[in-house]
Amino acid sequence: MGIILKAKNISKQYRLGLVGTGTLSHDLNRFWYRIRGKEDPYLKVGAANDRSETATENYVWALRDINFEVQEGEVLGIIGKNGAGKSTLLKILSKVTSPTTGVIKTKGRIASLLEVGTGFHPELTGRENIYLNGAILGMNKKEIASKEEEIVDFSGCAMYIDTPVKRYSSGMRVRLAFAVAAHLEPDILVVDEVLAVGDAEFQKKAIGKMQDISKGEGRTVLFVSHNMATIQNLCTRVMLLNNGTVDIVGKTEKVINHYLKKFRNEEVVKELSLRTDRNGDGRLKFLDYWFVNASGERINIIPSGITYKMVIKIENTTAFALKNIRISVGIDDNHERRITIFSNDLMNQEIHFKPNETKLVKIFVPENPFQSGKYHFTLFTSIDQQVADWVINAGLFEVEQGDFFKTGRILPINQGNILVTHEFQ
Amino acid sequence: MADDKWLYEISSKKKLLDLNFREIWRYRDLLLLFVKRDITTVYKQTVLGPLWYFIQPLFTSVVFTLVFNNLGNIQTGGVPPFLFNLAGITAWNYFKECLTKTSSTFTTNQGIFGKVYFPRVIMPMSVTISNLLKFGIQLVILISFYIYYRASGVTIAPNSHLFLFPIYVFMMALLGLGMGMIISSFTTKYRDLNVVIGFAVSLLMYLSAVPYPVSEARGKFPEYVANLVEYNPLTQIIEGFRYMILGVGTFSLAGFVYTLLICLALFFIGLIIFNRTEKTFIDTV
Repeated sequence: MGIILKAKNISKQYRLGLVGTGTLSHDLNRFWYRIRGKEDPYLKVGAANDRSETATENYVWALRDINFEVQEGEVLGIIGKNGAGKSTLLKILSKVTSPTTGVIKTKGRIASLLEVGTGFHPELTGRENIYLNGAILGMNKKEIASKEEEIVDFSGCAMYIDTPVKRYSSGMRVRLAFAVAAHLEPDILVVDEVLAVGDAEFQKKAIGKMQDISKGEGRTVLFVSHNMATIQNLCTRVMLLNNGTVDIVGKTEKVINHYLKKFRNEEVVKELSLRTDRNGDGRLKFLDYWFVNASGERINIIPSGITYKMVIKIENTTAFALKNIRISVGIDDNHERRITIFSNDLMNQEIHFKPNETKLVKIFVPENPFQSGKYHFTLFTSIDQQVADWVINAGLFEVEQGDFFKTGRILPINQGNILVTHEFQ
Repeated sequence: MADDKWLYEISSKKKLLDLNFREIWRYRDLLLLFVKRDITTVYKQTVLGPLWYFIQPLFTSVVFTLVFNNLGNIQTGGVPPFLFNLAGITAWNYFKECLTKTSSTFTTNQGIFGKVYFPRVIMPMSVTISNLLKFGIQLVILISFYIYYRASGVTIAPNSHLFLFPIYVFMMALLGLGMGMIISSFTTKYRDLNVVIGFAVSLLMYLSAVPYPVSEARGKFPEYVANLVEYNPLTQIIEGFRYMILGVGTFSLAGFVYTLLICLALFFIGLIIFNRTEKTFIDTV
């Protein structure tokens, strides 16, 4: 086992704004510097890659001095917020674009999967597209021919294989495309979030195949995803990108925790009523939330097993009475996996709003069923099936260990995060 | 681990002619599959299908004959004007198709180029090869009319230079490909050339001696235009092509060598520019 890929000082600069006459003058200027043997003058400028800041310069560094090494046979996950530079890095690794500065050296053939079904031609049959797509991804005819049956089998489209792809449903197209990609055999495989396609059954199959590729066949894989659960399942090591630089590289668990602590809380600290990242027509608006214990006192930390109420303050922004309302609270663990939801719909309970009323909606939980840890939740409300307000990651609550089982015993660590009353008979 | 064992290197450094022929060879199956795709899909869901290949040159030849020979009274050296025009148009069409199709390589393929790497030059190469089919079909029409005219008593005969035919096709491909690659490289950033190419190509046809022989240009054009026509490598190709199948016009070894050199030069310049562009075009396209 040695180092199979090494990236040194990788940077990528982009020009902001439009391509126009300014570009031409910059190009000419650059050319003038080059023929005199000088360095590109525009490489000295450029702002760090922070989307939310107002642009002050014409150039931006999408990536700045990225250094990393990949061991043979390891699965390296790459995570980061939107715009952190993940896709740019993938594009450079897959040779779609070249870095502005820096070098990547590899000891193996790289194949990249930034999209499934690249180059599929609608007029060609499934079988013809297997060959075309396989060749685009870097296989030769012989390799594809030897795997053709496996690919058809894996895709589950055997019946339609000699029908033009334009007659396929979009799901079938994706299945076929993924089947081709999954049978690539490069030394290093670079994968973007292509797994988020197809139905649940196929997704399971796809992730299973990815696991086979990485664990079973010992292939080196670089994998980009937003889904922490998938990253945790597949990756041995994770690199976190932030504003175009490497924030931290290390063991999966450690980096994911660091990421969630750092960025998830950034969103949540903002006051709910001031949040602008909401969906829906706004007829109802979530303003605030808090938790109270059985004696009505506000609590910040909820021990397991206690009786509590979650209070949500909601405003009717219209001058009409509203009914047929659904309100739900979706609760996620700190790996962004949905654990459960609270919903008046499930409980068959009606909620009405008078015109312009601001109301406190209370959710009574007789026994807090959560294991100690931090939980994020999403707030959702709809009127007659129409989304009225929807705030993803609206807030969080913390649970500490409590005497849920009334035995003084607690659930060991890493044994799940839901507690259920039970009895051995 | 020693640093010298690296297989590949990805960096921003550009060598002048950074062509990896071994890599292109490794992707030869892709080249063939692209050719196959182009050929099998081009006339899917049309009623007349490949018949369109026949219709376009025939109508153009008829119009040329009416305008230039009947109306303009251009002499074609004893060859039936229709056949003369058809020969010129057949050759010209191949060049034109190669040029216009390859000149939009980057812009039409940005979807696929932005997602996966393969030697980009495969794309224009496949276009040049798949156009050979169309050229072949149009050649069949030309030969049919050739036989028809001979049968009806016109004295035309191919001459010994016919063995140069493959080289002429090769030169047309090189020239179309070379110029197409240069244009496609510039259009990634500056779309202006896209606008120019449409009418520039049709104007170029008139400077390439397609509807008239070079001798007529010498006699009737002003001196500098006649020179322009004569030094145009396309003129040499088209004139040479007509010479070997119809036996009209002129052929000089010097002109032939000159044309071959120009074609090779333009092809390599195109290749160099194309290769420099392919590395970063996705950022500017």
